[in-house]
Amino acid sequence: MAESDNIVVETAEKIFADLADPQTINNDKKGSWQAPLWQALSEAGLPLSWVPDDLGGSGASLADGFALLNAAGRFAVAVPLAETMLAGWLLAQVKIASPAGEMTVLPASPKDRVTLDADGALSGRCRGVPFAKAAKHFAVLAHGKDGVSIALVDSAKGRTESGLNVGYDHSDIVTLDKVLPVTIKPAPKGFDQTALMLIGGVARSLQIAGALESMLDISVRYSNERVAFEKKISKFQAVQHNLARLAGESAAALAAATSAADAIANAKSFDDEVYLEAAAAKIRCAEAAEKGGGIAHQVHGAIGFTIEHILHRYSLRALAWRDDFGSESHWAVELGKLVADRGADELWPLVASR
Amino acid sequence: MTAALRFDPIRLPEKCEQLRKEVRAFLAEEIAAGTFDPHKPNREDADAPEFSRRVGAKGWLGMTWPKKYGGQERSFLERYVVTEEMRVANAPTRRFFVADRQSGPVLLKYAPEHIKMDILPRICRGEICFAIGMSEPNSGSDLFAAKTRATRTDGGYLINGTKIWTSSAHIADYMIAIFRTSQPTKENRRHGLTQFLVKMKQPGIKVNPIGQITGQYEFNEVVFTDFFVPDDHVLGEVDGAWKQATSELAYERSGPERFLETYYVLTELVRAVGPNPDTRSAEGIGRLVAQLHTMRRMSVSVAGMLQAGKEPVVEASIVKDIGTVWEQQLPHRVRDLAAFVEETATNRETLERQLDFAIKTAPKLTIQGGTTEVLRGIIARGLGLR
Repeated sequence: MAESDNIVVETAEKIFADLADPQTINNDKKGSWQAPLWQALSEAGLPLSWVPDDLGGSGASLADGFALLNAAGRFAVAVPLAETMLAGWLLAQVKIASPAGEMTVLPASPKDRVTLDADGALSGRCRGVPFAKAAKHFAVLAHGKDGVSIALVDSAKGRTESGLNVGYDHSDIVTLDKVLPVTIKPAPKGFDQTALMLIGGVARSLQIAGALESMLDISVRYSNERVAFEKKISKFQAVQHNLARLAGESAAALAAATSAADAIANAKSFDDEVYLEAAAAKIRCAEAAEKGGGIAHQVHGAIGFTIEHILHRYSLRALAWRDDFGSESHWAVELGKLVADRGADELWPLVASR
Repeated sequence: MTAALRFDPIRLPEKCEQLRKEVRAFLAEEIAAGTFDPHKPNREDADAPEFSRRVGAKGWLGMTWPKKYGGQERSFLERYVVTEEMRVANAPTRRFFVADRQSGPVLLKYAPEHIKMDILPRICRGEICFAIGMSEPNSGSDLFAAKTRATRTDGGYLINGTKIWTSSAHIADYMIAIFRTSQPTKENRRHGLTQFLVKMKQPGIKVNPIGQITGQYEFNEVVFTDFFVPDDHVLGEVDGAWKQATSELAYERSGPERFLETYYVLTELVRAVGPNPDTRSAEGIGRLVAQLHTMRRMSVSVAGMLQAGKEPVVEASIVKDIGTVWEQQLPHRVRDLAAFVEETATNRETLERQLDFAIKTAPKLTIQGGTTEVLRGIIARGLGLR
């Protein structure tokens, strides 16, 4: 998706180009770019893209929101845009209005669990929560004795231990200890933590695919500029073949992520077909982040290893995004179990159903 | 962005699913009747003329071509469904596959009308088999180094020289080949080759089967000695074959056959591990299925672009690069994962027999129809590196 073809993406790309230029951000050691960027995104209604008008959002379609996340990946945007979008989407499932400001979702890993007790209080320890430190509110999926509920929680009520992921973005541990939510409602029938992990995984897949598109772009450009042994390194066949492989990884990530986004945007429920699409996207995009990012670094040589160069903004973030909402290993095991459970002769019909 | 690669999430239209059911039902009948064994990928019975005619009778050959030539004027996406179902079932498609995918479309574009009227309906009926004469003993990937001569004579050309690695030449009724009609020029080393239709099984053509490491004899050396080809068998521009080759490559390189060649071992692995796999098997299978799904989505996307009249040559090359490397590695990954399969698994022997064959097949997959190196060169050109 090199050219934006919808208004949401166009708006976002303009804001990213003006206020999230990777080189400018990279030179800014104080982080003074963050506030103006968040403000511009908020004024354009983008963090609450997936929240209907009557719940305080801008009511964009799932498809437009996914395309926006792909664009955010192309700029390696490091503000809680995806996280606030997911939180707003989660709250909208039970018609809880979204407050203004940054949000994130709990849990952010399929291994963690928040419980709801008989007194209506929430407890649980959630690791690897992206941008918890910056969040004003948490959208929480909790398990009680009557099933799954969705809650809006004031972030000040939880204890947040700061951490950084491999891409230098906040990835924190949040502990809720008998926290009373601002609002809480039972989740719709059939909605569970897996659904949240799947859509979160697709969001990350789209971001990884976007980052790979940019890594391909800047690697091709660099190879056409850098001279070694008296010629541009793009003229060496070994470099060309490496870049061709990077193009393949970038293409695979984009195809898997956009296909999964399309599947979720048009799905009536999270059935086996949607599960295949979303899990496969996270697995394949994570693999591409490793293989593709590795090639981008190899092409750049030492300069790409410096903190001054923008490459790490994409390469490290793409690697970090692998871990959120279930790693590729997690999804591979789950997908493998699903395939085994359906049986050998049902594998092809599942693949061909997409 | 310099590299505007597109892989839009194309979905197969609803009518494809009805067609898929029909194809599956047809194949199930053929299997039940003993035409072929879906667990035997080595296709020793690969030349199945009667099966080929029955596929033709279903209207599944040349299905995208105009009705006046025996086609059905259906979409590439419908053809895609037929192709993938045949491949997954290990159906014996050798007799018609090349003609349907490649030779027919070349004739449609470049053959004179009377030849189209003669040959295309016979392809659609599943009656005739085609081979492709490209490689020569001293020119493979470097197509434009071909030396087999076509020398002008009364009413046509005399062919002298040798083609090699020609799949199915031993059973083929026709070959579409490139021969040298002029020397290359200083400005254009690709100049001087012409595409011809060759009627096989005639004096002046000798076909010598070549044994392969799989134990099969499916490719050949084809020797031409003063073999006469009439003028109306010239396809397209004399000396200009190089202009005609590229656009067809997108069709040739992006289909389901470019990642499903060894698929059967994955199915059999899933059967062998059973409904409750250990973590290692589950993760291995999950990754392979994710990779397979992704490639199929890429391949369907290219089919959608072709249907829309685009020429996604770079995207198609990416599908073949990634797809063939994957299908080449697949038997080895499956072997890894099968190492701890219970001795009692009922299909253990089938899986072992299949792995034995797939592991021997694997090396050819990144060579036939355009080597990985050639493909990466095309992709690099598309990226603006050459």
